[in-house]
Amino acid sequence: MESVFDIRDLSSWFGDHQVLKNIRMEIAKNSVTSVMGPSGCGKSTFIRCLNRMHDMTPGFRTEGEILLDGINVYSEQIDPVYLRRRVGMVFQQPNPFPRMSVFENVAVGLKLNGRKLSRADISEKVERSLVMAALWNEVKDHLNQSGVSLSGGQQQRLCIARALAVEPEVLLMDEPCSALDPMSTAKIEDLIEDLSEKYTIAVVTHNMQQAARISDQVAFFLMGELIEMDKSGKIFTNPSDKRTEQYITGRFG
Amino acid sequence: MKWAFHLCAFLVILPLFLIFFDLLIKGAKELRWTLLIDLPHPVGEPGGGIANGILGTVIITLLTMTWSVPMAVMCGIYLAEYGRGKFASAVRFAVDTLTGVPSIIMGIFGYILIVLPMKRFSAWAGAAALSMIFIPIVVRTTEDMLRTVPGTVREAALALGIEHWKATLFITVRTASAGILTGILLAMARIVGETAPLLFTTLGNQFWQTRLDQPMAAMPLQVFSYAISPYEDWHDKAWAGALVLITMVLLINIGARFLTREKR
Repeated sequence: MESVFDIRDLSSWFGDHQVLKNIRMEIAKNSVTSVMGPSGCGKSTFIRCLNRMHDMTPGFRTEGEILLDGINVYSEQIDPVYLRRRVGMVFQQPNPFPRMSVFENVAVGLKLNGRKLSRADISEKVERSLVMAALWNEVKDHLNQSGVSLSGGQQQRLCIARALAVEPEVLLMDEPCSALDPMSTAKIEDLIEDLSEKYTIAVVTHNMQQAARISDQVAFFLMGELIEMDKSGKIFTNPSDKRTEQYITGRFG
Repeated sequence: MKWAFHLCAFLVILPLFLIFFDLLIKGAKELRWTLLIDLPHPVGEPGGGIANGILGTVIITLLTMTWSVPMAVMCGIYLAEYGRGKFASAVRFAVDTLTGVPSIIMGIFGYILIVLPMKRFSAWAGAAALSMIFIPIVVRTTEDMLRTVPGTVREAALALGIEHWKATLFITVRTASAGILTGILLAMARIVGETAPLLFTTLGNQFWQTRLDQPMAAMPLQVFSYAISPYEDWHDKAWAGALVLITMVLLINIGARFLTREKR
């Protein structure tokens, strides 16, 4: 299978504290890769390396390589701003922009991205993104309503639409359902499956059932190390590592 | 003990009501339309108003704000979004100190810096003195308001592939815009009533004057000169002028209040 990210011996530190240790893995194109593990295992830190969200954190540094189409995203050639246009992100807490309407929330990335688009183009892209995020039917009559007036689950889908609007290739999701109720979670999970036909998706989760439901591949992290990565079916039925087995049988975490 | 807190709260707001009602009673005598549309009349001649003072105050206030608003907001953005090092703490300390400097000093500073070299009192000099009062207030409120914007908003903006400066200007600042605007209005209310910085800078004027390089009338100055005069009817006009002034300040404050009561 073709891979989008090729991560080679990635280690990272916050100051003196090492959070990731020699991670080696590939993230396959147009599939869902879950990064699973207990709290503090480095899974969020890892996924945030992929679009360089740690750049503003003082004292953060990395070693090793994250190759995106063969180029290390931490190399000088890569402008993090452009990287993030290719690699979008959805966060744990739904975070629509507070003083913007539903429409503006989705349009703002397009407008501030420096691309010259006509008003009609923007409307069309906003609609398409909302349709893809399975939110269009619920908000099409309230596009001028404030984004934060939506329910939590709707807000999260709005954030997905906002990320999709700038047409990324990869979508990173940092525990996208952990602040949502089961119904909203189910909707987002369906959405992830649909989106994986066109997008490469990496999801951080500490919820094993969720990882089992949505992923093609699962990576299991523990204490900053990648313990095991395999097809979803294999990991949950016949893991190679004892620690993975202990985790999925609920022995810790 | 509970009643002591209540009593103090009551005592704190008491002066506002005392001032306002006192002014209402004493200022009502001269409060008529002509006060708002007439020039001051010579001593002994009845009537006359503070129209040139009202216009002067509007001109000087707007003039001050033309450069002070962008400068102060940009400085506030610097402190909130970029300022981490030694320079930033120095700026913060200087701004706080500037807020505490007596306003008469600003007047003297404006006199030395602008009046002396230009060899003339002018609206420019007054605006320069007032901006030294205006800017520090707005810098700190802008910084404080930007700090109330959650980090998740900044993260979300950056994750969309928006440049940092654009994200700051069009998303973070916009999120805090109501608070920033309120700070601007409160600072505006403050400089509308300032007298001391204008004494040595714009000087005041008995006539219409809209040229910025000439001495200009201003409401607080007019109230001041009416009040220190030896004439009974001028004292009445000082009261009425003060009433107009405090009403203006009150209206600006109510406007600011209205803005912060934002709708969700």
